[in-house]
Amino acid sequence: MTSPEFVSAGRDLKRKPSSPRTLFSSVMTIAAFVCAALALIPLAAVTFYVLINGASRLSPSVFTQLPPAPGLPGGGFGNAFVGTLLTVGIAALMAIPFGIVAAIYLSEFGRDTKLAEAVNFLTNVLSGVPSIVIGAFAYSVVVLSTGTFSAVAGGFALAVLMLPTIVRTAAEALEAVPNEFRQAATGLGSTRIQTTLQIVLPAAIPAITTGIMLALARAAGETAPVLFTASFNRFWATSLWEPIATMSRLVFDFATSPFPAQQELAWAGSLVLVLLVLITSVLSRMVIKRR
Amino acid sequence: MATSADRSSPMSWRRSKADRSIDTGFVWLTAAFAIGVGVLLLTIAGQVGTDALPAIQKFGLSFLVTSRWSVQDDIFGALTQIYGTLVTSFLALLLAVPIGIGVALFLSEDFLPPRVKQPIVFLVELLAAIPSVVYGLWGIFVLIPVLRPFGIWLNANFGWIPIFSTPPAGPGIYAAGIILAIMILPIIAAISRDALVAVPAELRQASYGLGATRWETIFKVLLPAAFSGIVGGIMLALGRAMGETMAVTMVIGNVDTIRSFSILSQGSTVASLLANQFAEASGLQVASLLYAALILFFLTLVVNVLAELIVRRFSMKL
Repeated sequence: MTSPEFVSAGRDLKRKPSSPRTLFSSVMTIAAFVCAALALIPLAAVTFYVLINGASRLSPSVFTQLPPAPGLPGGGFGNAFVGTLLTVGIAALMAIPFGIVAAIYLSEFGRDTKLAEAVNFLTNVLSGVPSIVIGAFAYSVVVLSTGTFSAVAGGFALAVLMLPTIVRTAAEALEAVPNEFRQAATGLGSTRIQTTLQIVLPAAIPAITTGIMLALARAAGETAPVLFTASFNRFWATSLWEPIATMSRLVFDFATSPFPAQQELAWAGSLVLVLLVLITSVLSRMVIKRR
Repeated sequence: MATSADRSSPMSWRRSKADRSIDTGFVWLTAAFAIGVGVLLLTIAGQVGTDALPAIQKFGLSFLVTSRWSVQDDIFGALTQIYGTLVTSFLALLLAVPIGIGVALFLSEDFLPPRVKQPIVFLVELLAAIPSVVYGLWGIFVLIPVLRPFGIWLNANFGWIPIFSTPPAGPGIYAAGIILAIMILPIIAAISRDALVAVPAELRQASYGLGATRWETIFKVLLPAAFSGIVGGIMLALGRAMGETMAVTMVIGNVDTIRSFSILSQGSTVASLLANQFAEASGLQVASLLYAALILFFLTLVVNVLAELIVRRFSMKL
């Protein structure tokens, strides 16, 4: 058969645009574009509204002043900003060393063992535990035993929440360190502790830091775990062992408040939280790209 | 000479006993911390379970099937909240699964040049990182007013269907479902995309070579090949939706009893119940709240373990 016969027999290799198969493909392609648009609309809407409503209220003074009394204008969220830094800081002090040491086992000593596999599994399950349940856990462990809501209780809840993320990102970062580093160090006579702490860990530090930054930014925005651990405080907290305000709790409380001044602060607080996430995401992107 | 004396012993290159035991100790220390992460999960379950015990003993399994939540009378049943959790999660999946998979396909196949695609991948990931409380704030002031006329229309025209049988009160179960859909969509999209990208290129080429169109290839080759990964992603998203607290609490209305099966009516979820009552609770109420938390913990645990096993099996195959 020669090719003209092929064509005349209607067996052209090209499908006609009107054939059902082609039509189906075109319709589905349009559907895929619609899906992407539908997914991006909420993102655009959320960032747009947070920017518009938050930016008008954001100024240096909101970081230094106390929230206004109900019905009064002005004020800021200085105490909540400091409170978030404190609770997240306490969480970091607990979760980062714990997570990194656990990750060292998973990537350096326990690789491919049953124990590491089990820990990996449990870590992933832990990261799926609802944050409100972690809040309840922290309540019964810290708040009930100390008898008070506090920055420490909030920090403990956030630490539990951050731990799986830190373990996973640190283990990944350590695993990415080329094996030649370990072999060279061992060949020069290093012990395992020297190889790990002086060669492998420093090489992985940039990637670990990136993971930690992302975890911290997430923790700063988490509300459910601090609801009944750090609780809230309209004033400056004077000790780590008393109720303390956080940005996320302030947004939650003031969002449902009938007073415009407090609603404005909720939007401004949201903007701060979103910017935190955005900046850390972009920074981590840049670090990953540079490698 | 000192140096030659050192070298004279053939055993001198060996580490000292102290050195070796420090080294072994270090390995054991790291192992202890790793085990600690696992133990933490068990501790959470144990602690919440122990504190819930008074309520478990008092109400038993009737806690799951009664809907009276009365602080004055010390009678608690979480059916309303369990129902709310399941319905909002189901609604969220209904909306987010097709769109999420659509986005995953859009971002894994070559519909767009990489230069346009990469930023979109980043933006969708960013959607997952926006704090829940910010979605809640947006839900109160933007989403609910936008949805309201739509809800009124549904009730006016389809009110004979039980799920649309009440006029919308503003906040409600449907608003919570939509917020949840927005929040879990990036999870479904990201994991499905990973699963699709991992399908070997040969399968795609072979399908095209046989004359299949792009969408025939997607439906008959790519989606079946990536199926378990996509299902794993959906399960993870379901777990997230059931446990999501702040955004839901802010838009669902928080009523303690089911008044109707309408999705336009107000409701509450286990998570929103905890968020609302925990800080001011005392006595048996605390135990009941922790019982509810235990149920939520158990539900999400089952879903997450299943997801984990499915995703794990899928990544083994690669």
